[in-house]
Amino acid sequence: MNPKVSNQIAIAMLYVIASTIVVILAALLGYIIIGGLPAISWHFLTSPAKAFTSGGGIGIQLFNSFYLLILTMLISFPIALGAGIYLNEYAKQNWVTSLVRTSIEILSSLPSVVVGLFGFLIFVVQFGFGFSILSGAFALTFFNLPLLTRSIEEALAAVPNEQREGGLALGLSKWETVLHIIVPAALPTILTGVILSAGRVFGEAAALIYTAGQSAPALNFTDWNPFNISSPLNPMRPAETLAVHIWKINSEGIMPDAKAISSGSSAVLVISVLGFNLLARFVGHRLFKRFTAG
Amino acid sequence: MVRAVYVKRGQVMNKKLQEQLLKRSKAAKMERFGKTISFLALMLITVTVFAIIIFVASKGLSTFVTNHVNIVDFLTGKNWNPNVTDSKGQPEVGALPMISGSFVVTILSALLATPFAIGTAIFMNEISPHRGAKLLQPVIELLVGIPSVVYGFIGLTVIVPAVRSVFGGSGFGILAGTFVLFVMILPTVTSMSVDALRSVPRYYREAALALGATQWQTIYKVVLRSATPGILTAIVFGMARAFGEALAVQMVIGNAALLPTNLVSPASTLTSVLTTGIGNTVMGSLQNNALWSLALVLLIMSLIFNLVVRMIGRKGAMSK
Repeated sequence: MNPKVSNQIAIAMLYVIASTIVVILAALLGYIIIGGLPAISWHFLTSPAKAFTSGGGIGIQLFNSFYLLILTMLISFPIALGAGIYLNEYAKQNWVTSLVRTSIEILSSLPSVVVGLFGFLIFVVQFGFGFSILSGAFALTFFNLPLLTRSIEEALAAVPNEQREGGLALGLSKWETVLHIIVPAALPTILTGVILSAGRVFGEAAALIYTAGQSAPALNFTDWNPFNISSPLNPMRPAETLAVHIWKINSEGIMPDAKAISSGSSAVLVISVLGFNLLARFVGHRLFKRFTAG
Repeated sequence: MVRAVYVKRGQVMNKKLQEQLLKRSKAAKMERFGKTISFLALMLITVTVFAIIIFVASKGLSTFVTNHVNIVDFLTGKNWNPNVTDSKGQPEVGALPMISGSFVVTILSALLATPFAIGTAIFMNEISPHRGAKLLQPVIELLVGIPSVVYGFIGLTVIVPAVRSVFGGSGFGILAGTFVLFVMILPTVTSMSVDALRSVPRYYREAALALGATQWQTIYKVVLRSATPGILTAIVFGMARAFGEALAVQMVIGNAALLPTNLVSPASTLTSVLTTGIGNTVMGSLQNNALWSLALVLLIMSLIFNLVVRMIGRKGAMSK
């Protein structure tokens, strides 16, 4: 075939493929958001779920999702920061480092259901935490650590070496340089990574069904003592999150409006993820401007 | 007398000075503290990975060690019914239906997603970079972040009824699972393929065009060839994700532990049996151990995908 003709045909094909994808993706997003928006109301977002009758909301699940997200971040951020600092600033090129990098890669590619089962085995059964927010937060920490560590390491690596030399030239120790110069300089990028990983944690369900549990007991939102069983802050209570809720009502839900609830919940999840993405862009941009006086 | 006092005083001062000079400074203490703390954080991650592998392996192997199930029977048996014992007095724990289910949905969805993903990546990077960056990039980034249960829910409400009305049957099955996984892995494979294409140096394209090649010839014979390792890595990553995906597949596959005979009859995958089964069995029983063996198969497959990615990376690095 004439190369010019085949060129035309190939490029036309690429246009077709790309527009097919755009149509699929747009239909997907449109279906989730347009299909889910009518179900969302203040009542839906704040009232507890009902098991057998229609008109239930997702209030408790939504609160559980955010509480679990915050706990997970509180546990995983310091660990990921330490690991990222060591990998980028201290680690030498030797077999220990390459072993560590390999294991981080393995952890990031493990199916989340395997991570969840491990969390179930260790925290729920072995340590006796039961189905609880704490077990869920630890399982999500394992799920979150590899990506967060990698993004923090990349953020630190992007800081120019002159900054390190400047710190050392002022007589600071390496640790002081890292703590007072490198980490602040990398902060906008680090925060962007943290927020993006928060979006991933927020929607995770497979790691949670056997750690945080599949039930959402009624909460008393006037009781903020973390040691009371009905307190929202109690970390030892079972906590079904929004993502688990969608799975649960679609596989064994018997309320008549299961479909409306799931489409509403899906829209809330997707809008939250969208919000996290936008927030990550905004925060990174804003902080960068502020820190560089630019 | 006086002299002796001075000598003594001098000795004391020397000692003090020596102590002061030899003592680790505050900064050095902090340095050691910081280095240790950050090293411990790193070790925690590494130890966790080993703990996961060891725990899952020891639970998964107990089917064969404690319950004396033959490992070959386990991998090739066609009947999954851990509550029932067969004619030889062995429990029926043939995992072939789940293993083949997992492989079939993974391979089919990767076959379906690859041409679309590469085509879109080429479009974004070579044909229309402007529109690619403005329109496609943000949408794909967002789609990577959509939770898998949402994909499962859409599969349940859109894809399953569509499959039912076109092909008949219940709609649940491998075909529905394939479509859901196709949409799920598409953004991942596309964005990684874009990265691979982007890393091809610009002068490769310029050289090909200067030789009189058409745009398609340049893309097909030069750009795609030199981006092959990166694109293969993207596909393997997509397959690993598809293989390990649990809830979205579980919602649309029908959950019948039968050897798949056609694409529209209910089937099951390793992950779907795990998500539905673990809660309904007693820790330490054969039924439970058999499920852990499935988890072990899943873990081993994930390690193999990892190994393949590494081998591709090494080969790609060598040819350059």
